[in-house]
Amino acid sequence: MNERDVVEAMATMTIETPSGATKPMVLNMGPQHPSTHGVLRVVLELDGETVVKAEPVIGYLHTGIEKNCEAKTYSQAITLTDRIDYLAPLSNNLGYCLAVEKLIGLEIPKRAQYIRVLLTELTRITSHLVWLGTHAIDLGAMSVFLYCFREREEIMKIFEYVSGQRMMTSYFRIGGLALEPPPGYLDRVRRVMESLPGHIDEYEDLLTKNRIWMARTQGVGILTAADAIAMGVSGPMLRGSGVAYDVRKAFPYSSYDEFDFEIPTQTAGDVYARYLVRVAEIRESRKIVRQAMEKIPADGPFRAEAPGIIPPSREEMKTSIEGLIYHFKIFTEGFTPPPGEVYQAIESPRGELGVFIASDGSQKPYRVKFRAPSFVNLQSLPKLCEGRLIADVVACIGTTDIVLGEVDR
Amino acid sequence: MEPQATENSLAVRKLREWDSRAVAQVIEFRGETTVVVPLEHLVRTAEYLVTEPSLRFSFLSDITTVDRYPIEPRFEVNYHLLSIERRERLRLKVRVPGNEPVVPSVTPVWPTANWHEREIFDLFGIRFQGHPDLRRILMPEDWEGYPLRKDYPVEGYR
Repeated sequence: MNERDVVEAMATMTIETPSGATKPMVLNMGPQHPSTHGVLRVVLELDGETVVKAEPVIGYLHTGIEKNCEAKTYSQAITLTDRIDYLAPLSNNLGYCLAVEKLIGLEIPKRAQYIRVLLTELTRITSHLVWLGTHAIDLGAMSVFLYCFREREEIMKIFEYVSGQRMMTSYFRIGGLALEPPPGYLDRVRRVMESLPGHIDEYEDLLTKNRIWMARTQGVGILTAADAIAMGVSGPMLRGSGVAYDVRKAFPYSSYDEFDFEIPTQTAGDVYARYLVRVAEIRESRKIVRQAMEKIPADGPFRAEAPGIIPPSREEMKTSIEGLIYHFKIFTEGFTPPPGEVYQAIESPRGELGVFIASDGSQKPYRVKFRAPSFVNLQSLPKLCEGRLIADVVACIGTTDIVLGEVDR
Repeated sequence: MEPQATENSLAVRKLREWDSRAVAQVIEFRGETTVVVPLEHLVRTAEYLVTEPSLRFSFLSDITTVDRYPIEPRFEVNYHLLSIERRERLRLKVRVPGNEPVVPSVTPVWPTANWHEREIFDLFGIRFQGHPDLRRILMPEDWEGYPLRKDYPVEGYR
């Protein structure tokens, strides 16, 4: 159905035709609807309260990030990656930086790799907390929302302490990190991680065995494993359908192979199963964070040594002529990776985030493509809610955990 | 990061055995294998890669396009394939001429290609033959031009 048909159908909202037969009613859900988590519009064809057809309409937040990347140097484009998925900016930073590092063939010091793991896992926790809170409030559980945002705030304070920003951190840079992490940051992480399991128990007390919650989520929005793979669905949605695919295990990056953690899966493939998977993932992420805290050396380089690609330290820049020249050249011209194409995938909170970079050997990326997990996962929405009641659409949108900034880019 | 030897990739070997016409070129870069497939063999190659029991590339991660303007053939369409069971990735690449950018759709093979192909149609103006619902997806329906083409400016008037 195209735009014009929708408008026509809206103008003639006859539910009963002269012959007495019923015909479906078309309802626009969004783009301004609180439970669409942004500016998603779903065109619903309804037969009474049953959804006959659901069609997501996207693009309201399209900002041309991929086009913009082509006009910036490799380092400058990092700031754009924050703004793709604004609930997990550090995951985007990581995906992009790893892709560029793969392109130039750069090895990153272990300390920087572990700090990257620590911070991206904290990002996963914050993102899942926002998802849990908003998903719960969509289905009528107000207090979970308030609790989740309380804990998220504590982790956001850590991001602010480490990088200077709560959200648009741009803390991962090509070759390592932007800054030496401030003293005592691990103590703050430890404090938050100590109280976290109790808080997760609190959410589970409120929801897991809650009869209303179970009634609204069990058996709703079912996606079979075969359908999920065919639709390219990844992340917790795929694992909720029983496929144990996690990029961190399948294609380890940033030393994830040195960490000990499980991939939570469920086989039911409904909204409730995905809820269980994501809550279990918060606990697993906490496990990884604790291991990372043990592994991070107290000192050592926080970025790679690569003259001409990585900016020299402040001291070197101020005291040596080569340092000054490199600093000047990196920030005025950028650096030139070899021509070629790379695809680097990471496990973002929403699934497989892939970054494809085509280089033509100049200072600017010739083409950058973000394989946004939200974009692909959202495509399965009609499968989740067709044939169900209109009230279930809200649960189905919540369970896909989309970020519209990432869908539209 | 040592690139693997080309002929050691199982997928490439199998493809050559199956039909040598399907492999126009093999590119190895940073440990990633790219198989350049002639346009007319794309869909049957895709079907083979999914159904062959020793390969099972059943998951299509992504489709993306690079505009090499003014070089002809102008467009490169890249398909990022993944075999979940075997933990292997493969990139298929087809080259598409600029004067008639038409590619056969792979939606019958991988349903997820639907939105990816719509996005490429929207931003690059490549038409996908046999696509069930080829419309703009990100840009407004009445938009003129294809923003990700290289002859489309980043800012200012077109």
